[in-house]
Amino acid sequence: MPLAPGGLLQLSPEGLYCPAARAWIDPWRPVPRALITHAHADHARPGCGEYWATGMSEGILRERLGAEIKLLPVDYGQLHRIGDARVSFHSAGHVLGSAQIRLEAGGESWLVSGDYKRCADPSCTPFEPVEADVLITEATFGLPIYRWRSGAEVAAEILAWWRSAPDRPSVLFCYAFGKAQRVLAELHRLGVSEEVLLHGAVDRLMGPYREAGVAMPPTRPLAQLERGADLAGRLLIAPPAAHRSRGLGRFAKAQNGFVSGWMAVRGARRRRGYGRGFVMSDHADWNGLLQSVRASRADQVYVTHGQSNVLARYLQEVEGISAEPLEGHFEAERFDDDDTPTS
Amino acid sequence: MQAFAALFQQLDGTGSTSAKLDALEAYFRRAAAADAAWALALLLGKRRRRLITGRRLREICLAGTALPDWLFEACHAQVGDSAETVALLWQQRPDGTDDRCESSSASLEDSLALWMEEHLPRLAALQGEAQAEAVQACWRSLPADQLLLVNKLLSGGFRVGVSTGLVTRALARSAALDEALVAHRLMGGFTPSAAAFAELTATAGQNETLSARPYPFFLASPLEPGQLETTPPDNWQLEWKWDGIRGQLIHRAGGCSLWSRGEELINEAFPELIALAEQLPQGTVLDGEVIVWHGDADQPEPFASLQRRLGRKAPSRNLQKQCPAAFVAYDLLEEQGVDRREQPLLQRRARLETLHRQWAGLQEEQGEGRLRLSATLKLASWDQLNALRDQARALRAEGLMLKALQAPYLVGRKRGHWWKHKLEPLRLDAVLLYAQAGSGKRANLYTDYSFGLWNSEGELVTFAKAYSGLDNAEIRALDRWIRAHTTERFGPVRAVEPLQVFELAFEGIQPSKRHKCGFAVRFPRISRWRTDKPASEADSLASAIALMEQQL
Repeated sequence: MPLAPGGLLQLSPEGLYCPAARAWIDPWRPVPRALITHAHADHARPGCGEYWATGMSEGILRERLGAEIKLLPVDYGQLHRIGDARVSFHSAGHVLGSAQIRLEAGGESWLVSGDYKRCADPSCTPFEPVEADVLITEATFGLPIYRWRSGAEVAAEILAWWRSAPDRPSVLFCYAFGKAQRVLAELHRLGVSEEVLLHGAVDRLMGPYREAGVAMPPTRPLAQLERGADLAGRLLIAPPAAHRSRGLGRFAKAQNGFVSGWMAVRGARRRRGYGRGFVMSDHADWNGLLQSVRASRADQVYVTHGQSNVLARYLQEVEGISAEPLEGHFEAERFDDDDTPTS
Repeated sequence: MQAFAALFQQLDGTGSTSAKLDALEAYFRRAAAADAAWALALLLGKRRRRLITGRRLREICLAGTALPDWLFEACHAQVGDSAETVALLWQQRPDGTDDRCESSSASLEDSLALWMEEHLPRLAALQGEAQAEAVQACWRSLPADQLLLVNKLLSGGFRVGVSTGLVTRALARSAALDEALVAHRLMGGFTPSAAAFAELTATAGQNETLSARPYPFFLASPLEPGQLETTPPDNWQLEWKWDGIRGQLIHRAGGCSLWSRGEELINEAFPELIALAEQLPQGTVLDGEVIVWHGDADQPEPFASLQRRLGRKAPSRNLQKQCPAAFVAYDLLEEQGVDRREQPLLQRRARLETLHRQWAGLQEEQGEGRLRLSATLKLASWDQLNALRDQARALRAEGLMLKALQAPYLVGRKRGHWWKHKLEPLRLDAVLLYAQAGSGKRANLYTDYSFGLWNSEGELVTFAKAYSGLDNAEIRALDRWIRAHTTERFGPVRAVEPLQVFELAFEGIQPSKRHKCGFAVRFPRISRWRTDKPASEADSLASAIALMEQQL
């Protein structure tokens, strides 16, 4: 279902477009002005004229899109006038610096949720409920089979798993940006103070988190580990793309696990060949999605990403909220697979 | 029950064979005999009785969670397994998740045997509301991970990645017994009980009689290049690889029986072979092929004829006449009540030939060829091997078997003694037309494909389905392509743009009235993704028919 013409937001070939602000939100192609919800690769792409994003995401955006990009940092809750629109960024609780973007013009307000979660995460600011007339929400985990436990509980499981193998290394696969730091911050809260090894892709993103003051155990990039070092009982955090790669040859005897919302389903874990699955996601679970939709008090909801059909139908039929899946480039962007940069 | 649940988690959570073996062995050592017996039966897949259908569990779950039916469907598509979908959705019930104190008559502390023999059958025996309430009470008493296990046991869908061989080895180790002995004691079925388990793990007796049981089959491995050249062809017995089903024909004091390779007793389906067994001397066990073969014919009938006989409890006289079964014997495992498996094949074969001669001498008109010797073939040198193999098709055989003449009859698949050398498969290039998501490991991934060939009007007609042959990277790439090129959806099936060409390999091709294209292929699988070929250059029905005619 396309967006009605004349609305505050429209769907253009470049992505979601706000004519009043002459700006695109998380565009798929280079545009003159991009408003960025967060720094994951499927939301922030290179080549745009200027980027509006939260100050907290600046470090990661420059790391990923180039140090020289023109970036206008904003604070959460600050109201900006862009063109004829009033625009504000609100914490989404997804990863460091992630935002929901609210736009208002001509007496109409829209909220673009970006990716978000509602459970506590010591590595980023919590989700802020925001009201708007129209809501565009994600639905990556928009099925009732997805129900998260707290990050602290899952981290305790991870710690027990790590400690259960003192005679060999443990490799924990996590998405490099967001999940890895969340796990580290949770481990710190559980009193872990020993050094954790990091794959290069994870290590590169640690700076902004350290600068933001997120407390985590000491870490060391794998490349700086001396040759022949004893790996027994060590924990390595690596991105899923490194699973079964040659680079981890020294960890051939390690136990391994994957931290992801997808791990809620047994077949999904077995297909990827991970020993243990830890169910922890940086997206909202089913109840989190429903709660957020209700809290937005929106009269109209558009659903993108993942289970958009299912969530829209449920909102419509069971919750009595006018809702439609938003067809677009979103579907191809998120795929239930290891190399998806998010979740 | 908790110990078994922990074992399930351990087995499910590792891909390492040695870790699985250790976990199994440790479980068998510690568990009470009655529990170990049930665990064994479940792990071997010998007790997959469905106590409550998946559909009923789903009803009970939906009644308790107040979720709409279509939403269950959407979830099932993602999970690929009913029992697991129910387990996951049960957490969404409105009355919360922290009421595990509710008293259910079944407790996690109870033994596996108690669960299997009392708790679960009791749930199954109830009906209607009473059953729904009892099942829900049971679910409420369980943590989420064990709820999955209980649902699997209830719905008869319990499976975990361990092979029969691995379980047998672990059991043998835990009881310090010879693996082959345990394998033999397990043949022909195992009914779980403490007594049966004690018998299974008892110290080997001096004159242990396993008279009621068939022998474990010895299995061949696919021939690997370079395995034969170091030995002269004379060291090997060559036979056709028959296209029937493997069977063990037994005449002992206890009676006559015919066992399939899957350890099913198939006496009822093949009364003429039981009659044949009765004509053999008592104390005889033959290994061979069950196949349809007319008395005066030079070659057996195609596998499709045998299929008409399989699974028929009481075949009519007419069917027995149309599709007469024969037993093509290739080995003698027991003679005069003595286990001959330790003898080299050379001697067993000589005894088998004598036995066959004696039997044939007693028959009028050669007993209509009901017992046949699997012919041995001559080969002057290895470079003629493939030429010989290629004659198999004319005899409706699948290829060649090569058996070392000095080898004893071993248990299971032991490489180096028996090789199978199959015919090159037939191949056609076909166009991908439909795709459906798989289940289990392949849930939510489009891995079940239907393919078409061109007819003379320039339309694509479906002719085969294939599920295997692509590697994981190809599966992922194709899944993405399918999602992006769907033209229509029919429930779980997607029609895709007819653009992708795949080379399909298959073992045979036969006329079929049930298939729209007019023929059916055996064991179709993908052998190559022909990214180099446009759809217009895929094969036609005419080329398939030409292949079929070449074969007949």
